[in-house]
Amino acid sequence: MSADFLYGIEVVINGLMAGVLYALVALGFVLIYKASGIFNYAQGVMALFSALTLAGIMSGQVPFSHLINAIFGTDIHYFGWNVPVLAAIILTLIVMVIFAWGVQRYVFRHLVGQEPIILFMATIGLAYFLEGIGDLMWGSDIKTLAVGLPQGGSRFVEDTTAGLGGDDFFGFFIDKLDMVATVIAIILVAGLIAFSQYTKQGRAMRAVADDHQAALSVGISLNFIWVLVWSLAGLVALVAGIMWGAKSGVQFSLSLIALKALPVLMLGGFTSIPGAIVGGLIIGVGEKLFEYLIGAPYLGGATENWFAYVLALLFLVFRPQGLFGERIIERV
Amino acid sequence: MKMKKLAAMALAGTLAAAPAMAELVIPDLSYRTGPYAAGGTPFSDGYQDYFNLLNARDGGIGGEAIRIVECETGYNTEKGVECYESTKGEGALIYQPLSTGITYQIIPKATVDEIPIHTMGYGRTSAANGEVFNWVFNYPANYWDAASVMVNYLLEENGGDLSGKSIALIYHNSAYGKEPIRTLEELSAMHGFELSQLAVDHPGQEQKSQWLQIRRERPDYVLMWGWGVMNQVAVQEASNIGFPMENFIGNWWAGAEHDVTPAGAGADGYKSLNMNRIDADLPVFGEIRTLVHEAGNAAGDGSNVGSVLYTRGMYAAMLAAEAIANAQEIHGVTDVTAAMVRDGMASLEITEARMAELGMSQIGPEFSVSCENHGGSGLGIVQQWSAADSQWVALTDYIAPDDSVIDPLIAADSAAFAAENNIEPGCL
Repeated sequence: MSADFLYGIEVVINGLMAGVLYALVALGFVLIYKASGIFNYAQGVMALFSALTLAGIMSGQVPFSHLINAIFGTDIHYFGWNVPVLAAIILTLIVMVIFAWGVQRYVFRHLVGQEPIILFMATIGLAYFLEGIGDLMWGSDIKTLAVGLPQGGSRFVEDTTAGLGGDDFFGFFIDKLDMVATVIAIILVAGLIAFSQYTKQGRAMRAVADDHQAALSVGISLNFIWVLVWSLAGLVALVAGIMWGAKSGVQFSLSLIALKALPVLMLGGFTSIPGAIVGGLIIGVGEKLFEYLIGAPYLGGATENWFAYVLALLFLVFRPQGLFGERIIERV
Repeated sequence: MKMKKLAAMALAGTLAAAPAMAELVIPDLSYRTGPYAAGGTPFSDGYQDYFNLLNARDGGIGGEAIRIVECETGYNTEKGVECYESTKGEGALIYQPLSTGITYQIIPKATVDEIPIHTMGYGRTSAANGEVFNWVFNYPANYWDAASVMVNYLLEENGGDLSGKSIALIYHNSAYGKEPIRTLEELSAMHGFELSQLAVDHPGQEQKSQWLQIRRERPDYVLMWGWGVMNQVAVQEASNIGFPMENFIGNWWAGAEHDVTPAGAGADGYKSLNMNRIDADLPVFGEIRTLVHEAGNAAGDGSNVGSVLYTRGMYAAMLAAEAIANAQEIHGVTDVTAAMVRDGMASLEITEARMAELGMSQIGPEFSVSCENHGGSGLGIVQQWSAADSQWVALTDYIAPDDSVIDPLIAADSAAFAAENNIEPGCL
């Protein structure tokens, strides 16, 4: 096989892996939108905030230390201990559950019955608030996230595939971190589906998603379900934050990964978990293949950001509700 | 009695309202929030701490207290322009926006307002031509110097011959990232190396395509013009594909500690340029800790002292302070105006004796500025990251750029700017 063809396959494989990472971010949007009809603009910042919290807890950082030092003239920054990864993840999840409760109690409970655009605007405010609180709690320096995830290309894959092409083919490159992310995403999606299918809370969540007034009438607590959904979105945000943060360190640009999720949502639909996964894969492969075949050789490169949106728009023309979204029927 | 009291109070009020002691107003267009905060924060800490040191130790500059006016830009050009507009009326003496995008936008404004801009190692490169850009200075070095210093270093590494070699430039897809392309194209034609270009869109969190391309094409060297998260991801991806890190060289905005630490041991051997030396034992740091930090006047939490970008911010402040002192000497007044500071910048001379006197021996190269040359010497060093020791190690002494290539480019670009803006080149 020619090297160009094999490199094309390599691009597709890496596009699929990148798509999984995009889908991880998109999942959080889908969970909240499906259950409450809110387009959560703050999902990217939630990924940042959860990763900041995880890194801060692991390193034993004192939250709000800058503020404490400024007010009381102290000079404290660290507790002097390190927290093991698993314990830190559990503590971070507790923080995200408290955050979910706070969001429900102090923001959305007061906005019940408001127009979707009002709810959307509230999430914009929430995003900036959370970014500011994250900065105040943990500082704006880049934090290394040493959670034990493997990094670098897989030598095994590279060596075993090197013989497929000629001298100018060096074997397939697959990042070990991307492989781990794929496995985790599969487990996460399977877990979410199992939770929604086989648990009482999961069924209640689906009932609220289908018709929240009917769900209310049979005794399901909307407040509890919405806290649950925001907590699950917090879990998904943490997973996304860990995966992206492991690549670049935890820093404030992480909040911008939401931009990668938007075309995925446009394509996969806002209400479908499988849609988020398939949408992520299509966007990942589409943008990488376009960059490889057309962008880099003919257009000067850096086409991925805008091409993802072009691809999503093309799908929208034919399926406005997205690939897996619920069909919109309004009877007059 | 009542009248006397009122009169006394009126007198006290008048005295209190008497003209306050003049202040030297220095705006700090910083970015401590947003995606680029990790770079903006240490620079701003160093910039402010040095002025705070002068206030604490010397009572300011020439006896005039310094007042810092900080404005958060978020590395956003629109916000940066707003910051410029909102602070210039305070009596701003000099601007250092730490952003090429903001620099491009405020050059015409500052020229009209007659306030000097100092863009140290960034901004519009052709501003080195002081006859066109009367109010803009980019000493001690600029982007085109950096590109040339990189190539000169590679020439040195390859016995003076780069013909047949391939060099890839991976750059931030912005005005900043595109700055070195023209110079590198000239140098490519001159030295016979093949140049390929790979753009990375803001913010640079995802670079898989670019590094797969590098893996396929296997260039001999990769040069990087990055900033923010682009740097950390690029170093990680280079390590992931097994690119030889000693052949990967970033410019001086891609060579801070936080650019390499997320990649851990994988970053070992990565090189970058620097326009100032790193020495955590400089006496000036001790003075800052004692007179600024312990006095509770630190701009940050003190953790950045001695780091690459903190040192550069402090160096930038030192150059501004020296220019103000020079202006005071030229004009014989301590309460200088922005126009006077421009004069101080246009005749600035930085010597090793002066740097040693300031407690920062060899922090930068010796250079002098003139009406015609606002660019300084253009020298840069190459440093290498040691992951085991978690520190940058200087590999070279200051390397000179190839002025025979850069000067004509500066002349051509500045002439085009002068023609577009109806500027008659000349000294003020």
